[in-house]
Amino acid sequence: MFKVEKRPVESRLMGYLSPVLAAVLTLVSGALLFLLLGQSPLEGLYTFFVMPLSDLYGLSELGVKAAPILLCAMGLAVCYRAKVWNIGAEGQLLFGALIGSWAALQLLQVEGAWVLPLVLLAGALGGMFWGLIPALLRTHFNTNEILTTIMLNYIALNVLLYGVHGPLKDPDGYNFPESALFSESTLLPTLLDGTRVHIGVLFALLAVAVVWVLLSRTFIGFQIRVLGLDSRAAHYAGYNEKRLVIFVLMLCGGLAGLAGVLEVTGPIGQLVPQVSPGYGYAAIIVAFLGRLHPVGILLASLLMALVYMGGEMVQIELGLPQALTGLFQGMLLLYLLACDFLIHYRIRLGGRATASVAAPVSEGA
Amino acid sequence: MDIDFIINVLYAMIRTGTPLLIVALGELVCERSGVLNLGQEGMMLVGAVCGFIVAATTGSLFLGVLAAMLAGCLMALLFGLVALGLSATQVATGLALTILGAGLSAFIGESFVGQTVLGFKALPIPLLSEIPLLGPLLFNHDVLVYLSFGLFAGVIWFLRSTRAGLMLKAIGETPESATAVGLPVMRVRYLAVLFGGAMAGLAGGYLSLAYTPLWAEGMTAGRGWIALALVVFASWRAERVMFGAYLFGLASILHLIVQGMGVSISSNLLAMLPYVVTILVLVLLSSDKARVRLYAPMSLGKPFHRTQ
Repeated sequence: MFKVEKRPVESRLMGYLSPVLAAVLTLVSGALLFLLLGQSPLEGLYTFFVMPLSDLYGLSELGVKAAPILLCAMGLAVCYRAKVWNIGAEGQLLFGALIGSWAALQLLQVEGAWVLPLVLLAGALGGMFWGLIPALLRTHFNTNEILTTIMLNYIALNVLLYGVHGPLKDPDGYNFPESALFSESTLLPTLLDGTRVHIGVLFALLAVAVVWVLLSRTFIGFQIRVLGLDSRAAHYAGYNEKRLVIFVLMLCGGLAGLAGVLEVTGPIGQLVPQVSPGYGYAAIIVAFLGRLHPVGILLASLLMALVYMGGEMVQIELGLPQALTGLFQGMLLLYLLACDFLIHYRIRLGGRATASVAAPVSEGA
Repeated sequence: MDIDFIINVLYAMIRTGTPLLIVALGELVCERSGVLNLGQEGMMLVGAVCGFIVAATTGSLFLGVLAAMLAGCLMALLFGLVALGLSATQVATGLALTILGAGLSAFIGESFVGQTVLGFKALPIPLLSEIPLLGPLLFNHDVLVYLSFGLFAGVIWFLRSTRAGLMLKAIGETPESATAVGLPVMRVRYLAVLFGGAMAGLAGGYLSLAYTPLWAEGMTAGRGWIALALVVFASWRAERVMFGAYLFGLASILHLIVQGMGVSISSNLLAMLPYVVTILVLVLLSSDKARVRLYAPMSLGKPFHRTQ
């Protein structure tokens, strides 16, 4: 029969395979789901995962959707490496979008090459500020950052709604909850004619490189990793934990804020109530799926962007609810966590357990 | 401000606090056994949508409530299998459950958006409801509010005075010692997680069948997360959950009160009040590290491995 035993050391191979396995399990579940919905599973999967990428426009949209997710996930990965459970990328993104929009609307009449950088900076600073709040709450008042960042997500959304319904509403907009359209000089240049792919994609790729260097080649990156692995060791080494917590949350806030302002100055072009279809939450899944490693996250963000596009595609082509996207997202993360079991344990058929550390998991398994 | 206005406000406060009370009681029991399930929001959403769908198709509110609780249980079982069975990180598993619940509920509820059911009606208790002031405040609610009173008393009694309750608390403090004296750690934790799921489902069902008898995507609006803060607020003591729940209930309806008094403030700004209050409460209660260490179950959130 099966025998579950603890591995003497963690399996590196399973660390890499587990996300792949999770993706495969999600695909299989997706196929079953399409069957349940009375669709051909193959056609369903093809429509969801292949059709969105069948032309150049589709591929460019993949970049448009992956960019904000990638930026948020990079920031989250740094936080999670330090075991700072920041769930607040969504709120940081929204607040960045709000502050960036405010700046863009102040500069409607202004021309010049410096206008756009200023707007982007405003957005990133807005996000940073939104990340600083839970950081200070944790360092000074010992609050749990999971709960405060979640609450700040809801607060940011309401502040943004207040903005588009109130002070930032377009005075000539027939009372629609939308800001005025941004001026030409505050809009992101596109990279390819006829597509929406904008220079924000390059920022996202740059963030991958920066975070990679930060985590693997700098002292502060080293401190972050030590803090995450063993906070007591970090303490004995004399690292300033408070400063590190503030740093990772502000870094993530800055990247997420940048993602937000890139959305409003890029694909959207104005401030609207629906800036993000949950990119900040999707980025949590992406960070875990990419094993908190920049390259892994890059790949995972493309998959996640595809999951968003697939949801739209099955709605258009097959008339299925777009909410399939959220369902696939949840399954992906849950399968990943389940598959991670194989990093620490192995399942043997028949034979006796090796004499090494053989600890059965639990009676519930 | 006349007395009727105050009674109305307090009445609304109880109605708004009820789902928070129910879900927080479930999470409290779960956390006392040492398991931190951050998936409350997801379980509530799935409970809300399943309760609504069953009630809308069968016409029976009772079946709807049962379905809501069952759906919450199934979601909790999923959490248990991954977090307890496969010893995955509880924090990440809870998050996954919330994301899954949000997606799943939006998916299965899509065709029910915009429908309504005849929700639970107020059921005045004879004689008691005629007591001045207290009667209309406490004894003129729907049956689920009465049920929440009962659950509140039941959970206090369970944790305080039953053998099983003591067992659960012992397991939450030191599962190793509990195993050593032969207590079934995993079984108790599974049951606690399932109870939490049933309560979250019931709270979701209260929202979609009594509070606002309809289904809307994401209609729990962070109540599952607020309930988690509520458990911290109550210092993991069941007796204190009700006060906290009603306090948060009051914060959530403050915009109605302010509008009732004729003050005009943006409804979007007022809508963020419950979340701001949650943060303030966390700040007030977490500052004292010693206090948190004293009250929180010692094994909270830590995976348990039985070693032989």
